[in-house]
Amino acid sequence: MSLLTIFISAAIVNNFVLQQFLGICPFVGVSKKVDSAISMGLAVTFVMVITAAVTFLINQFILVPFGLSILQTVSFILVIASLVQLVEMFIKKVSKPLYSALGIYLPLITTNCAIMGLALNARTKEYLFLEGIVYALAAGIGFTLALVIMAGIREELELCPVPKHFRGAGITMIIAGSLAMAFMGFAGLI
Amino acid sequence: MAKKQNSLSIEFIKGLWRDNPVLIQLLGLCPTLAVTNSVINGVAMGMATLFVLLCSSILISVIRGIIPSQVRIASYIVVIATFVTVVDKFLAAFTPDISKALGAFIPLIVVNCLILGRQEAFASKNNTGRAILDALGMGLGFTWVLVLLGVVRELLGEGTLLGISILPEVFNTWLIMILPPGAFLTLGIFIGVANWNHDPAARCFSDPGYFYRGSQLDE
Repeated sequence: MSLLTIFISAAIVNNFVLQQFLGICPFVGVSKKVDSAISMGLAVTFVMVITAAVTFLINQFILVPFGLSILQTVSFILVIASLVQLVEMFIKKVSKPLYSALGIYLPLITTNCAIMGLALNARTKEYLFLEGIVYALAAGIGFTLALVIMAGIREELELCPVPKHFRGAGITMIIAGSLAMAFMGFAGLI
Repeated sequence: MAKKQNSLSIEFIKGLWRDNPVLIQLLGLCPTLAVTNSVINGVAMGMATLFVLLCSSILISVIRGIIPSQVRIASYIVVIATFVTVVDKFLAAFTPDISKALGAFIPLIVVNCLILGRQEAFASKNNTGRAILDALGMGLGFTWVLVLLGVVRELLGEGTLLGISILPEVFNTWLIMILPPGAFLTLGIFIGVANWNHDPAARCFSDPGYFYRGSQLDE
């Protein structure tokens, strides 16, 4: 499969949020404002790419040669948790404005199932190093796309007479349903 | 700690409706949406999550005194990941069909914020008995929502329940219900209805006091 196909497939056709249900928590929680949606999307994309690279190396050079595949779940989640910590410290040191923009979203990425799902999916599809990186980048962009679209709609929604009990999560889910329907239209793309 | 502790029955019952993890706390939405295209998948996912939640709550509440608070999150994750691996291998060995249908969502139980959330908010602060009750209540609250979603989606999407044909032939099945949009739409309506029923100004089809003896809750 060519890299371009992997990219389009992961970013649009099999969008992580709207078609695969990965990363729903931040999708509901952090999609109130477009600004924070973009920050969150960038942070997730960043962590995804690093995770894809590191989990590939760990799987290839530690788990498989030593027959430790049973530890895949445990080792991947530990890698992700420590990576997020490292990235947090790194960004804090290098770029103060970016750090304050990302704020509390960075630590929350640890329990974002999109990251773990990406690592596991890449293993199931047996992507090699470069394919894995492209896959991660595309998944991150797809995540950002879904988040920004949703944030844009929710900003407009502030002015709409939504029934009281559907405000917040309820209406977000229903809009996500319509968006998912729209994204299904891309299915013929690859 | 001036706060009064809930009675034991409340610890169990609160997860079923009042603090339902999916409908009210909005935790663990990814598996809720992803695996409920049929009833059996919903049951399997609910049970797997219940098992992991129960085992990790017991273990965490037993060892809560010896975990240093700086590394507590990492410790919880290792404990949870261990039990998830157990479930993963168990399902793969005994029910390969279900394991294949649920796919990556079994290992993904490890990042289910419901489980980590209960360890941080409850099991690490309470004794084992309460932690068991809380885990059972939250786990069952999670399971019934999954099963109900599965029932609605499978019935409307395929006209079957647990693979047995229920609806008459003349009913045109709504394919959309078993596809991703159906999951979002159904859960959105569920959440709206739950909010409606929790709103004191609009007590509709039940008095919440029916589900729990409400008097000591609002303090």
